[in-house]
Amino acid sequence: MNKINMTINGVVYEVEPGKTILEAARDAGIIIPTLCYHKDLCIAGNCRVCVVEIVGQNRLSASCATPCQDNMEILTNSLKVRNSRKHIIELLLSEHNADCTKCYKNGNCELQELAAEYKIMSQDLIDLVPFKNYTIDMFSPSIIKDDSKCIRCQRCVRTCAELQGVNALTVAYKGDHMKISTFFEKSLNDVVCTNCGQCVNHCPTGALIEKNYIEEVWEAISDPEKHVVVQTAPAVRVGLGEELGFEAGSRVTGKMVSALKSLGFDSVLDTDFTADLTIMEEGTELLTRLKRSLVDHDPDVKLPMATSCSPGWIKYIEHLYPEYLGHLSTCKSPQQMFGALVKTYYARSRKLNPEKIVSVSIMPCTAKKFESNRPEMHDSGYRDVDYVLTTRELAIMIKQAGIDFMKLPDKKFDRIMGESTGAAVIFGATGGVMEAALRTAYELVTGREVPFENINIMPVRGMEGVREAIIKIENPLEAWSFLDGVELRCAIAHGLVNAKKVMDELKAQKNNYHFIEFMACPGGCLGGGGQPIPTNPEIREKRAKAIYDEDEAMHIRKSHENPEIIKIYEDYLGKPLGEKSHHLLHTKYTERNRY
Amino acid sequence: MATAYNLKRADFIFRNENDWEKILSRTLQRDKQELINELISSELKGRGGAGFPTGLKWKLASEAVSDQKYVICNADEGEPGTFKDREILTRVPFKVLAAMSICGYIIGCNTGIIYLRGEYKFLKSELEKAIKEFEYYCKEIHFDFNIQIFMGSGAYICGEETALMESMEGMRGEPRNKPPFPTGSGYMGKPTVINNVETLAHTFTIFKYGSKKFYDLGVQFSRGTKLFSVSGDTPKPGIYELELGMSLSDFVDEFGDGDTKAVQVGGASGFLVPRKRFNETAIGFKGKLSGISLPTGGSMMLFNSTRSMYNLLDNYLEFFREESCGQCTPCRVGCQQLLIGIKAVKSGAKPAGYLDKLLKLTETMQYTAKCGLGQSVANSFSSIVENFREEMIY
Ligand SMILES: Cc1cc2nc3c(=O)[nH]c(=O)nc-3n(C[C@H](O)[C@H](O)[C@H](O)COP(=O)(O)O)c2cc1C
Ligand code: SF4
Ligand code: SF4
Ligand code: SF4
Ligand code: SF4
Ligand code: FES
Repeated sequence: MNKINMTINGVVYEVEPGKTILEAARDAGIIIPTLCYHKDLCIAGNCRVCVVEIVGQNRLSASCATPCQDNMEILTNSLKVRNSRKHIIELLLSEHNADCTKCYKNGNCELQELAAEYKIMSQDLIDLVPFKNYTIDMFSPSIIKDDSKCIRCQRCVRTCAELQGVNALTVAYKGDHMKISTFFEKSLNDVVCTNCGQCVNHCPTGALIEKNYIEEVWEAISDPEKHVVVQTAPAVRVGLGEELGFEAGSRVTGKMVSALKSLGFDSVLDTDFTADLTIMEEGTELLTRLKRSLVDHDPDVKLPMATSCSPGWIKYIEHLYPEYLGHLSTCKSPQQMFGALVKTYYARSRKLNPEKIVSVSIMPCTAKKFESNRPEMHDSGYRDVDYVLTTRELAIMIKQAGIDFMKLPDKKFDRIMGESTGAAVIFGATGGVMEAALRTAYELVTGREVPFENINIMPVRGMEGVREAIIKIENPLEAWSFLDGVELRCAIAHGLVNAKKVMDELKAQKNNYHFIEFMACPGGCLGGGGQPIPTNPEIREKRAKAIYDEDEAMHIRKSHENPEIIKIYEDYLGKPLGEKSHHLLHTKYTERNRY
Repeated sequence: MATAYNLKRADFIFRNENDWEKILSRTLQRDKQELINELISSELKGRGGAGFPTGLKWKLASEAVSDQKYVICNADEGEPGTFKDREILTRVPFKVLAAMSICGYIIGCNTGIIYLRGEYKFLKSELEKAIKEFEYYCKEIHFDFNIQIFMGSGAYICGEETALMESMEGMRGEPRNKPPFPTGSGYMGKPTVINNVETLAHTFTIFKYGSKKFYDLGVQFSRGTKLFSVSGDTPKPGIYELELGMSLSDFVDEFGDGDTKAVQVGGASGFLVPRKRFNETAIGFKGKLSGISLPTGGSMMLFNSTRSMYNLLDNYLEFFREESCGQCTPCRVGCQQLLIGIKAVKSGAKPAGYLDKLLKLTETMQYTAKCGLGQSVANSFSSIVENFREEMIY
């Protein structure tokens, strides 16, 4: 199509037809403020701060929602626009409990930024907050919802519906009573919410935030009686930098370890270790299921097998497809495997009293806060993971401790349970668990490496919502001869709305995969609800690139070659799916209601 | 539009000559383009409030390319004190049904939907009977057109065309961004003509008598007749069909109680006209309050000297504060600020000058609100505050 001509603030630009005024302006380097707009979401056009003047029209137009037209003349900073915009910000603030100094989002809040930019110093309008009956929902272990900070942009509602297909959040009432609510206004803890935190990540203000456990962790660290162990998930190392002055997509693994040591953790370990362990357990589980199906023709075996390392996905399937719980791998998530081992294997090796161990994890995820809180996660005899912090919370601690992150030297993880492989690192990206599992399972079965250049299994990578890959097994080792010629059908879904697609197809018997990787968050953990804000498509791409770079830079890139993994089976666990594994590393699931 | 018309009563809408079958089958013989031109030259404008030219609307929808299109009859009639659409659907339903199907014929669709206000549930069974009879006749003449009724949910905002479509699609009744307009992407994302009940009834008149007859009534920019719901301090409340363009003083002569202080033209979203302006104000589509003519969906409310204009405004603002869908900032928060603001001025908590700040706020609402509701709060607010400022303060 031909380009069209637009005048913005007196300058003519050529614009791709179909673009909105906002997009055209951004391309031209002209900034228009927005609040309800988010790259991940459909256009709402409800906050109205992005209004611009189309010359010749009396009314202003929401630039995010108005398509460009040939010969349009736009003013983004006329007096009328400025006055209106300022008025709108004032209106928002008049409905808002704007006690920024006491707000968790102070310093990273889109409303606050706008107020600062427009220098809203005095407030002519009447403060409406005292007339409102705002409530705070603090019952969820993952998320706090404070209606007094809500600007009703509906980003959370669109996130939960469009990205996650969960619809736990909806708009209730109209007029002055309009609010963001849940089914029957129950607590987020009592509805279908998966705790994925995507709404938190997409909320421009302090209305949806993670429940933070920063003070608890500080306290544990300062307690000389306690041995505080910290594990860090793969996606944290490619996100944390964004909170601390680095470009998106920076790998800050060494600095992160350094910082954690400076914070005073007694031992800085790597969730990657249990990611590798997951591969051993889950890979074996898959092969066992395949054998039971193909050789024993066992009608009870559940295929496809679905991954279980994303706790948001777990809660989702428990609520919405409970009849498929048998398809889930029984493996705990790497976080919870780690927790169970810290207070057993680690304690024993380091000759520590598990009672004195505090186990902390740094996750890109808010659902893992909920997960660590599950009653069944006490297999060590104690609570396996005591506190879960998000990437953002870790950044806060680093700032509080006065650490100049940029200047930190790189350091290495402690041992034991600090050794990792490239296979474990890619757990942080959508498709990563699948790739790691295939690298190991294929080699286990055939004795050869996966037949992809540099063992990079490109077909499973990328950001497409649902991806498929078929791996044909040829000339397997004798023990696996039943797999000869079998085409292993794999699928990957990330973002629960895509998980829903795959599950609905499965339900309608429209697909026949053997193995499916599900991740609750778009992009996988690198786009997790606990990652730095903003997270958007470009940033996810950059973090993904960082993850795969990290993998390539690793010296060992296959889980089964991790020496600590070999050792833990020799010294402690015996064999994958063995009795000890069964007790410590596997779990069961709970059927939950839809409402 | 200098010449003030005397009040001219008319009788088209409710005159029932039981000839809809004849008019329908005759019209369906005619060329589509010719019918569109007929409608365009009648200069009929929508009677639902916004006054969009009906012929142009049908033309746009007829030009849209799609496997499926819809005709929707907007019978949500939510404006307090207005019940003209109800009367039409009760007394001359076949005119509306025939008009919908002619529209379907012109734009190329076989599905019509009547969005019936929740409170009009009692009309449903009679209307369904009429539809059955209508569809039976269509079958007889081998014309494929079906009409369904969709019951509204009771929210005022659902009368706004895009909110109406959202609610029909099972979503919350929130207005959409425009563009796209319904003629391009309406119900279920398909090209849709949505018209007010009365608008459709007028098209029947036009197809029956030809556009000239319609065009010759009324005045420039405001052709034809219109139903008015007259209420308030009047000895003869009710529904009247009048030619457009009449002057407000003629109207008050006819309907006032001799002590008329002001008239609210067009309901809560309309303008309050004080007595001193009756002479210079005409009822029609073009212009602003300071000019001459005022558009209206048909509601005319008269107030005599015993009425407090402060209470009136308070009432309207309370209505808007509750009936705003709440999605957009200027409307949701603006309505709250206006209401609490006039209360503060009245009680002395804010100085009289605060009214000017509020007037500015209504300007912003007018410029920036997403739909007609928020945009038009300024109408009643400014016309009441500017004309009866002292009543707001003391
Ligand atoms: C808040 C609001 C409420 C409305 N309510 C109605 C209504 O009840 N009935 C109606 O016909 N039009 C109503 N409208 C106007 C419709 O949006 C639309 O303009 C009309 O149905 C188009 O038909 P017309 O061109 O025949 O007038 C409303 C508009 C707004 C902004
Ligand atoms: S949400 Fe933003 S504007 Fe509101 S109090 Fe918190 S930091 Fe301030
Ligand atoms: S909770 Fe946050 S994202 Fe949701 S509407 Fe309120 S401010 Fe917007
Ligand atoms: S945490 Fe996830 S599932 Fe829960 S409300 Fe937010 S987006 Fe929806
Ligand atoms: S103007 Fe009012 S009714 Fe219209 S979209 Fe905005 S909030 Fe909703
Ligand atoms: S950003 Fe355009 S209306 Fe909110």
